[in-house]
Amino acid sequence: MKIEDKKRVLREMVLHRRFEERCYQAYIERKIGGFLHLYPGQEACCNGVMEAARPGHDYVITGYRDHVHAIKCGADPKEVMAELYGKETGSSKGRGGSMHIFDAGKRFMGGYALVGGPFPLAAGIAKAIQLKGGDEIAICFLGDAANNQGTFHETMNMAALWKLPVLFVCENNLYGIGTSIERSTAVIHQHKRVAAYNIPADECDGQDLEVVYEHARKAVDHVRAGNGPFFLELMTYRYRGHSMSDSRGYRTREEEELWKQRDPIFILRDRLIKEGATTMAEFETLEKETDAYIENEVIKFAEESPEPRVEDLEKYVFADRETQLPWLTGKAA
Amino acid sequence: MANIMYWEAIQRAHDEEMARDPLVICMGEDIGVAGGTYKATKGLYEKYGPLRVMDTPISEGGFTGLAVGASFLGVRPIVEIMSVNFAWLAMDQMFNSAAKVRYMSGGQLTAPCVFRSAGGAAHQLGAQHSARMEKVFMGIAGLRVVTPSNPKQAYGLLKSAIRCDDPVFINEHELMYNMKGEVPDGEYFHPLEGSDIARAGTDVTLFGYNISVHWCLKAAEILDKQYGISAEVVDLYSLSPLDRAGIKASVSKTHRAVIAEEDEAPVGVGSEVIAIINEECFFELDAAPVRVHSALVPQPYNHTLEKAAIPDHEDVVKAVLKLFGKA
Repeated sequence: MKIEDKKRVLREMVLHRRFEERCYQAYIERKIGGFLHLYPGQEACCNGVMEAARPGHDYVITGYRDHVHAIKCGADPKEVMAELYGKETGSSKGRGGSMHIFDAGKRFMGGYALVGGPFPLAAGIAKAIQLKGGDEIAICFLGDAANNQGTFHETMNMAALWKLPVLFVCENNLYGIGTSIERSTAVIHQHKRVAAYNIPADECDGQDLEVVYEHARKAVDHVRAGNGPFFLELMTYRYRGHSMSDSRGYRTREEEELWKQRDPIFILRDRLIKEGATTMAEFETLEKETDAYIENEVIKFAEESPEPRVEDLEKYVFADRETQLPWLTGKAA
Repeated sequence: MANIMYWEAIQRAHDEEMARDPLVICMGEDIGVAGGTYKATKGLYEKYGPLRVMDTPISEGGFTGLAVGASFLGVRPIVEIMSVNFAWLAMDQMFNSAAKVRYMSGGQLTAPCVFRSAGGAAHQLGAQHSARMEKVFMGIAGLRVVTPSNPKQAYGLLKSAIRCDDPVFINEHELMYNMKGEVPDGEYFHPLEGSDIARAGTDVTLFGYNISVHWCLKAAEILDKQYGISAEVVDLYSLSPLDRAGIKASVSKTHRAVIAEEDEAPVGVGSEVIAIINEECFFELDAAPVRVHSALVPQPYNHTLEKAAIPDHEDVVKAVLKLFGKA
């Protein structure tokens, strides 16, 4: 990667980290409700892959740990935070919440909360691309535990059968909610599982942005060239629990510390310092600027935005009635 | 007016819409090369090719989800679930993805999918191939449910469902694919909402949908000829939303109601229609409304037991006579 790109991504990754940490705080303050699944520790995965792809052009879909993927695709952090606050200005107008961030304009096709649910949706998006003949690809980010759903196998089979332009990115963070991968899954290395469907696959360190980027580039190129699906497994770790209601009793603090030694942001920062592209002082300033932006713009926007109107409770259940009248009333001609 | 079969009407709707819009596709098990279990997609594979007429693996959850994902980008998939019994496997994607995506995205995404499936008990197909599941589909926010009782509706409802931006579930019936009926020669769109008066009458309203419309029509004939009772038959082709105004109008005229459904009774069309009658026109009633429905048993294989489990026109006649104190 070019130095300038790495510096830009460092800024983005710091934003992604601080955004999520600020969500944690807002949740404790009860500003955010429901379930909240945070991304710290895994930032190099989304960033590395999307640097190799074309954010805003390629279609991205994921599970419920979705804030950072949305922002990386181009969603405004202010609107994502407003969504978490349940406000009308939120990316899903306060109707979705943390697990259902959407930004169709940026081709972020949403966060879904049924584990494994997005697999066939991603294949469908790829099918639509295939029919329309565009050069976009579909990218499906999911965790390792999703691969134990039937949708994984059904989708891998169809994607391979029909050579659909879809990249499956498995962020293997070693835990499915509170059960470790050794205790839930007969095959630890997830990329091996798609060999059964003749899907080419690769595995790499998910903590090092440049490593992810290099592997993702090959994966993205493979799919964009019309060779069908590809499966990329990234070995990573989430620092926080599965969601906010998780006290992490299923793993040791030592294990967590070990992973934090390989923090994706610090790996990139230290490399850029070594390359003479930044300094520790500059990094500390970046963190402060990021926090100031989050506080003064992102949080402020979410706080000050209006709630949805109760009169609009049933809006968005169906398409606007006026536009559908010919089919609802049969008076089409 | 052409006199064609139910399956031919469905096939014609597919063909016209696929010819008009290259983004209309269809998928399902055996629908292409094999021509479709019920012939509803006959000849389409040869005409439109494998990219648009997709023979799927036997993966109902998978290909239904694939259709939903494709619809996010404006593709209009018509998904055939061979038997409604298999739709259980596809419900996660129908309900959690298709029906909810517009709401949970604040109106950004929509899933203009059509899911077609053969419901109902045919003959001795046993517990896992005889289900009626309309009760499950009609309670889902964001999903429209229609159920054609004749070839004209089968054609016109599918045409409208394909054009509509909302996801639509079409409940067909295994025993009805070879039923013949008049279908307009020109393009025809049946409304997705409302109800049809299949036969006008003054003394009692018989509510039916799909196959039970035919029990009601036969019962109305018998009631008229043998008992001098004039029955109105209302065809509830839209199960979600149910036609509140139509139900109210007919009951306000006849003051008596019988609801005939092939589904089992607890939770279903019958209970919903009675709830609507209570809410809309309770004081119009001269007698308590009655449901005619299946027994709450897994469908038995044995012919005699199966017949005992499923109602027919005779049960509708009996229910009406009871209502009039004649039985």
